[in-house]
Amino acid sequence: MYHDNDRAKLFSRRAIMLGAGKSVLITGLAARMYYLQVIEADKYAMQAEDNRITTRLLAPPRGLILDRNGVPMAINQQNYRVMVVAEQTPSLDYTLDALSRIIPIGEAERTRIHKEARRRRSFVPVSVRENLTWEEVARIEVNAPDLPGIIIDVGQSRYYPLESLGAHIVGYVSAVSENDMSDDPLEELPGFRIGKGGVERTYDLALRGRAGTSSLEVNSVGRVHRELERHEGEPGIDLHLTLDIRLQQYAAQRLGDESAAAVVMDIHSGDVIVMASTPSFDPNSFNRGLTTEEWKDLSTNPRAPLTNKAITGQFAPGSTFKLVTALAALESRDVNPDMRVLCTGHMQLGNIKFHCWKKEGHGSLDLVGALKNSCDVYFYEVARRVGFEKIAEMARRFGFGSPTGVDLPSERSGNIPDRAWKRKVMKQPWHPGETLINAIGQGYVTATPIQLAVMTARIANGGFAVVPHVARDLVVDKNMRSRPTPDWPSLDISAQSLALVRRGMFAVSNEAGGTAYKARITEEGMWLSGKTGSAQVRRISMRERETGVKKNEQLPWKERDHALFVAYAPEGNPRYAIAVIVEHGGGGSAVAAPIARDIMLEVQKRDLARATTEPSGPPDSGTEDLRRF
Amino acid sequence: MLHLPPMPLRLNRADMTVREKIWQLNWSLIALLTAVACIGFATLYSAAGGSLEPWALKQMIRFLVGMTIMVGVAVVDLRFWVRHAYLFYGIAIVLLALVEVKGTIGMGAQRWIDLGFIQLQPSEIMKITLILALARYFHGATLQEIGRPLFLIPPLAMVMLPAALVLKQPDLGTAMMLVMSAGAVFFMAGVRLWKFALVLGAGLAAIPLAWEFLREYQKKRVLIFLNPEEDPLGSGYHITQSKIALGSGGLFGKGYMDGTQSRLNFLPEKQTDFIFTMFAEEWGMIGGLVLLTLYALLIAFGYAIALRCRSQFGRLMAHGITTTFFLYFFINIAMVMGLVPVVGVPLPLISYGGTAMLSLLFGWGLVMSSYIHRDLPVSRRGLHDD
Repeated sequence: MYHDNDRAKLFSRRAIMLGAGKSVLITGLAARMYYLQVIEADKYAMQAEDNRITTRLLAPPRGLILDRNGVPMAINQQNYRVMVVAEQTPSLDYTLDALSRIIPIGEAERTRIHKEARRRRSFVPVSVRENLTWEEVARIEVNAPDLPGIIIDVGQSRYYPLESLGAHIVGYVSAVSENDMSDDPLEELPGFRIGKGGVERTYDLALRGRAGTSSLEVNSVGRVHRELERHEGEPGIDLHLTLDIRLQQYAAQRLGDESAAAVVMDIHSGDVIVMASTPSFDPNSFNRGLTTEEWKDLSTNPRAPLTNKAITGQFAPGSTFKLVTALAALESRDVNPDMRVLCTGHMQLGNIKFHCWKKEGHGSLDLVGALKNSCDVYFYEVARRVGFEKIAEMARRFGFGSPTGVDLPSERSGNIPDRAWKRKVMKQPWHPGETLINAIGQGYVTATPIQLAVMTARIANGGFAVVPHVARDLVVDKNMRSRPTPDWPSLDISAQSLALVRRGMFAVSNEAGGTAYKARITEEGMWLSGKTGSAQVRRISMRERETGVKKNEQLPWKERDHALFVAYAPEGNPRYAIAVIVEHGGGGSAVAAPIARDIMLEVQKRDLARATTEPSGPPDSGTEDLRRF
Repeated sequence: MLHLPPMPLRLNRADMTVREKIWQLNWSLIALLTAVACIGFATLYSAAGGSLEPWALKQMIRFLVGMTIMVGVAVVDLRFWVRHAYLFYGIAIVLLALVEVKGTIGMGAQRWIDLGFIQLQPSEIMKITLILALARYFHGATLQEIGRPLFLIPPLAMVMLPAALVLKQPDLGTAMMLVMSAGAVFFMAGVRLWKFALVLGAGLAAIPLAWEFLREYQKKRVLIFLNPEEDPLGSGYHITQSKIALGSGGLFGKGYMDGTQSRLNFLPEKQTDFIFTMFAEEWGMIGGLVLLTLYALLIAFGYAIALRCRSQFGRLMAHGITTTFFLYFFINIAMVMGLVPVVGVPLPLISYGGTAMLSLLFGWGLVMSSYIHRDLPVSRRGLHDD
C-alpha cells in the first residue's frame, strides 16, 4: 500500500468538493428549465404558435350587379392562369422555354418570373400569365407531360358582359392602391380588386362580402402540412339596380356619338331608370389592364368617355332654368300670373341692351306664353322685379347648387350664384344685369343633367323633394333592406304655381308654336310636357348681332350651344321625368327634344308599371344577348 | 441516500467466478441506465413521427449490444484494465490519427471512420480511454510524486495529444471535454489547487491567441452564443428555435408526439444534439426534471462506487468516467437551453449515435468493474498484490 490512507482521504475530500460543484451545476440546469418553461413559457408558447400557424384569407365572391329585371351587368368570371413551381422544374428556363412554344412569353415577363421565383420559396407557385383563353388552357393541359412544374389555376375576375353599356353606373374594379387601404384584411390578398367607380364603388363594402379564413399548419420552410380550421366567408350582396338596361341601351343608341347625357327617373320613387352618358368605355379594359395608348385615348378624348356626364357634367341650364325663375316669381307674389310683358326683341337695363333669342320679339306674352315661346325678355322683366336672391332660393329648393344625393360617387353640385358667392369667388359686387342673365340659365348658373331631371320630377310630382337613386334596395355598409315607401318632404310650393308652370310646359310640347311642338308625342295617354334650352357657350359680340348671329352649324364644335330638354310624361298622370343634354349639340328644340321624346316614348311603351309591381320577370331574361337589340 | 448491498465476504478474492461477479453486478445502476435509454427510444420514436425507423430501432439494438459489452467489461478483472490501460489509449490515439488521414467528411468536420458496419467516432472512444490511461498513471503515484511538476508532464502529454488531434478535426466541444474530464482526474489524484490556477490563468491568457486558431464557424458559434437574437434566421436559429420549443413546452409539455416545433422541423438535429429540446417540448419541465434526476442519480451512483473503491485506480477511473458522463449531459442540456455555445456534444444514452452509446456503456462497464472489484487490492502494475 502506497500511503493509501492519505490518498483515500484526499480523494474523499475532493470528491465532496467536485460532487457539490456538480450538484450546483445540475441545480443551475433545473433553474434554467424553470426560467424557460415556467416564467417565460407564455412568450415562447406564442412564438411557437407564430412559427406553426399561418392564416390565409379566402376571398369571397364579389356580389353581382343586376338591372331592375335581373339582367346581369357585373359578374364574376373564372380566370384561368398558368403558374410555375420552381422546385418541380429541372430548371425554370427549361420549363419556360417549353411553355413559350405554346403561349408567347416576353423577355420582360421572363425577368419578372425569375425575380418572383427567387424571392419566394421554391414550392410557391409563381404566376406566369393570367386570363388565358380556353384554347390556351387546353393546349397547355395537353402538353402537360412536357411542362414540368406548370400548373393551371382558376381564380375569379370581374366581368362586365354588357361592356360599355351602363358602364358609368356600374363602374369598374381595379387593384387596391395605397390610398384605398382600410383595415379590411381582404385588401391584402394578392389580386384583390376594389370598386373604383359607379355603384361598384358606392356599394363596395356590401359587394365585397366577408373574408373567410383558413388556418394552416406550416413547417419551418412554410410548406403546408394540414388545414387546422376553416371559416367560410360570406359572398358579397347581389345588387339590383333601378336601371332598365334595355331602355338604357335605347337611350345610349339614341344619343349616338354625341357627347351627351340622358337621365330618366321615376318622379315618385326616385328610381333612376335610364342614366346614359356618351361616349362610354368598356370597364373590362381596366381589369385587363390598359395599354398606354388606350389610356391616352380615353383620358384625352374631348368628349370625356370616362366621366359620367349625367352627374359630373356641369352645364349652363339655359332656358330650362326659366321654370325655376317662373316658380320663384309666382311664389314671391311680386308677379301676377296674368301679368303680360311686351317683348320687342330686347330689353334695356341702364345702358346695356339685353337681347331675346328672337330678334324681332314675341309681342305681348303672359307666363304660359313666355314659357311656350321661351321668351327671354319676359323672364328678364320677371327677374328684374323678383331679384335673383329669390330665384336662387327657389333653385336650391329644386335641388340645384348641391349634389342631389344619388348613390353614385363623384356627383357634382353645379352652381347657383348669389351676391355672397360673387363677392367671395369673383371679388366683385353683383351687377343688376347679372340677375337677368342668370335668370335665363346663363351666366354663372350651372347644373348637372341629374339636377335637371330632379327639378322636372319635383315640378311633376306636385312639389315633393324626391331624391334619385340607382340601387333598388337600401344598402348601408354591409346590410341591405327594401326601400321604405317614399315619403318625400314637401317643397312648400303652391299647387296653383306648379299647375301654371306645368301648363306652360304642356304648351311648349303640345301647342302649335311651342318650342318643342315638333318633338311631341302623339300617342294617346303618353303625351309629354317639357321645356327646351339652348345654352350659349360663347359671347355674341355687338358686331355679330349686327351682321347676323352665326348659326350653330357654322361654328366649330366647341363653340356650339349646348342643347337641353327636360320633360315629364304622361301628361295628366305624370310618372317619369327626363333630362337630356347634348353638349355643343345646337338648339334644344331641334336636337335634345326629339331624343327626349323618343326615349320617353320607349320608356312608356316598356310599361314599367307592370315590371315593378309584379315580381321581376323570369330570371332567364338575363341570358338574352342584349347587344342584339 | 444510496443503498449499497452489504459487503459480501469474498470480494477481496482475486478468483471470483464469472457467475459470482454477475451476481455482484449493480442492478439498480443497470435499471437506471436502461430507464434513461428507454426515454431515448421513446423520444427517437416520436422524432421520427411515430416510427421505429429510422432511429429508435437501431438505437435499441445498439443499446443491447452496449449492455452486453458493459456486462462483459464489468466482469473483467480490474487488474486487466490496469495492465492494458495504455494499450487501449494507444488504440484510440491511432484511430484518432486515422480519422485525420482517411476520415469521412461529416458535418463539416472529420469525425468518423467508416468501418463498414459502424461509423466509428474515435473521439468518443478517446473520452473513455483517456480516463483509463490517466487512472492507470496516477494509480501507483504517491502524493510526493504527484507534487513534483516533472511527474505531471507525461499525463499532460497524454491529454494534449488527443486534445490537439480532436481540435484539428475540428471539434472544439470534444477537445474541451477531454481537457475538463482529464482535469478532474488530475484533481482527484491530488494535484495541488494552485497548479490548476496556474494552468487556468495561462489558458485565459492564451484565449486571444487561441481565437486566431479557431475556424470561422467556431468563432461564429461563440459570437452567436453571446447574442443569439442578432441573427434569428441564420446561425442563431438553432438556439432561438430550441428555446422556443423548450419554453412553449411549459410545465407539463405539449404531450408525447405533439411537439409542434420538432414535428414541423423548426428544431434542427432533433434526433441528435437537440433531442433534449424535443423531449422537454413534449414532456414539459416535469419531464425535463425527471430526466435530470435520473442523470443526477447516475452521478450519485458513480460517486458512491468511486468512494467505495479500495484501489486508487478504481476510484480515479470510476470518478473520471462519472465526470465525463456528467460533462456530456451538462454541456448538452446547457447548450440547448442557451447557457453555453453550441458544441457538438450529444445527450448521453439518448441522442441518436452509435459510438457515443457504445463507449459510454463501455465506460459504465468500467465503473461497474470497479464496483465488483471494489475490495480487490491492485498493485502498482496491476498485478495481484498480497
